[in-house]
Amino acid sequence: MKINNSEIIPVSEITPYETYMGRRDFIKAASAALMAAPFLSFNSEVSAATNASLLGYTKSPYGADEKLTSYNEVTNYNNYYEFGTSKSDPALESKGLVTHPWTVSIEGAVKKNKQINLDDLLKLAPLEERIYRMRCVEGWSMVIPWIGIPMSKLIQWAEPTSNAKFIEFVSLADQSQMPGVRTNILDWPYTEGLRMDEAMHPLTIIAVGLYGKLLPNQNGAPLRLVVPWKYGFKNAKSIVKIRFVESMPKTSWMKAGPKEYGFYANVNPMVDHPRWTQSTERRIGGGLFTPRIKTKLFNGYAEQVAHMYAGMDLVKNF
Amino acid sequence: MKIQKNKLNIIKSIFFVLLLTPLIRLIILGINDALGANPIETVERSTGYWALFYLLLSLSITPLRLTVKISWPIHIRRMIGLYSFFYGCFHAVTYFWLDHWFDWQEILNDIFKHPYVLVGFLSLLLLIPLAITSTNKMMKAMGRWWKRLHYLVYLIAVLSILHFLWLVKKDITEPALFAIIFALLISIRVFHKRIRLNATNDYHR
Ligand code: HEM
Repeated sequence: MKINNSEIIPVSEITPYETYMGRRDFIKAASAALMAAPFLSFNSEVSAATNASLLGYTKSPYGADEKLTSYNEVTNYNNYYEFGTSKSDPALESKGLVTHPWTVSIEGAVKKNKQINLDDLLKLAPLEERIYRMRCVEGWSMVIPWIGIPMSKLIQWAEPTSNAKFIEFVSLADQSQMPGVRTNILDWPYTEGLRMDEAMHPLTIIAVGLYGKLLPNQNGAPLRLVVPWKYGFKNAKSIVKIRFVESMPKTSWMKAGPKEYGFYANVNPMVDHPRWTQSTERRIGGGLFTPRIKTKLFNGYAEQVAHMYAGMDLVKNF
Repeated sequence: MKIQKNKLNIIKSIFFVLLLTPLIRLIILGINDALGANPIETVERSTGYWALFYLLLSLSITPLRLTVKISWPIHIRRMIGLYSFFYGCFHAVTYFWLDHWFDWQEILNDIFKHPYVLVGFLSLLLLIPLAITSTNKMMKAMGRWWKRLHYLVYLIAVLSILHFLWLVKKDITEPALFAIIFALLISIRVFHKRIRLNATNDYHR
């Protein structure tokens, strides 16, 4: 069942929640939203979930004081090669992606392999809004109000063993739903990775929404990684597997271009990509005559994250 | 097939407008704020694309005559070539101005550090003498040197295709397509030159 935009339930029509709401309240409110829309039967929660608004989340202290990139631009200018290589492909091609039910497998160096479904994952911590800058390796950037939970909460739940030094994130690669996966543009499934301390960092989140709504498919529904001090490609979308490993995993982009894409991929104006200068960026939302802005080390999050890379050669570990 | 002068003028006018449409489209999109989330990128890519497209179009006039025996397009070849230069200039101005705001330090750094920008820059530089010498007067004045100079167009095409090939991140479909078309055009010429050399009588000029 497909539901079009006109059927989105505006937050304002349902409940005036502005302040913090507990986990339980979110579920209640979400059910209320579904009730409020009689055309959504409960088994079609699937598509309801993709369009309904997220209701309860706290405003977090993490917020860039920059102007937000518009919802329209955040959801229509995407790199999501599973749905095609042009920026407009994901919004067009991802419409049919089924994101509910959704389970994430937890594997590798953990007490015991297990699975968690989306609803249980959302119960691990209260939802928070995080307004983050996102810098793409291609030289453009956005400011996006994500909604999610800290990655650390999921890691705690996963109970990694002392052998877990890195985490590998694996995205969905379903040929029947994702036309890009039928091509060999990248080595599918899309995989990304983080060092354990990076994944545990309080800035690192699992996003499930943006702009107060559930994550649109083209932005990586139902859940994606957001690591704001790294280039955008680190943010694995539509994650189906999280593997705790002992040695540094090889990511899809590292395999595609070992000289161009490193494991760390920290935003760094001093370290050029072989093809693009990284010293400046274009903030999406400007017009023809809006100049570029200077790119900041660690995308402006140096104060919070630089200590993790103390003593490391950032040119070598690009 | 010979065509009359007034018919030729009509054809020329039609093509003059036709080849201008990509620019008109950009202007209309610009006025309507419809150039997408990254308007500068849209203009930069579109103008670069059409510069290369027209360059290859100008190179397909002779193969067209050699294969399907259509010869009237020779009369609009110069216009197509100049249009390629025009879109190339528009493309470069977009880059120097809108993209980098004449930040020469950054531009020079970009040109010399990134091979794709360097080859694009070279191909535009090489297009300049061809555009300057495109008049009838110059053609006459230069004699056989005119033809020799204009062989540069092959180098320019190679550089421009490399420029495109090296700038795409992963999906090389489009530049590969241009490369294949270019290779095809070249092989038609080479093939016919062979035949011509082998033939006892020297037909065609
Ligand atoms: C000063 C000279 C030039 C510079 C600095 C330059 C620079 C650029 C830049 C920055 C891009 C966009 C890259 C991106 O968005 O990732 C581009 C794209 C392109 N340029 Fe150039 N360029 C130059 C000359 C030329 C010339 C002379 C041609 C062709 C005759 C050309 C053909 C192209 C093509 C085909 C594209 C890709 C368009 C697409 O993505 O569809 N460029 N160039």
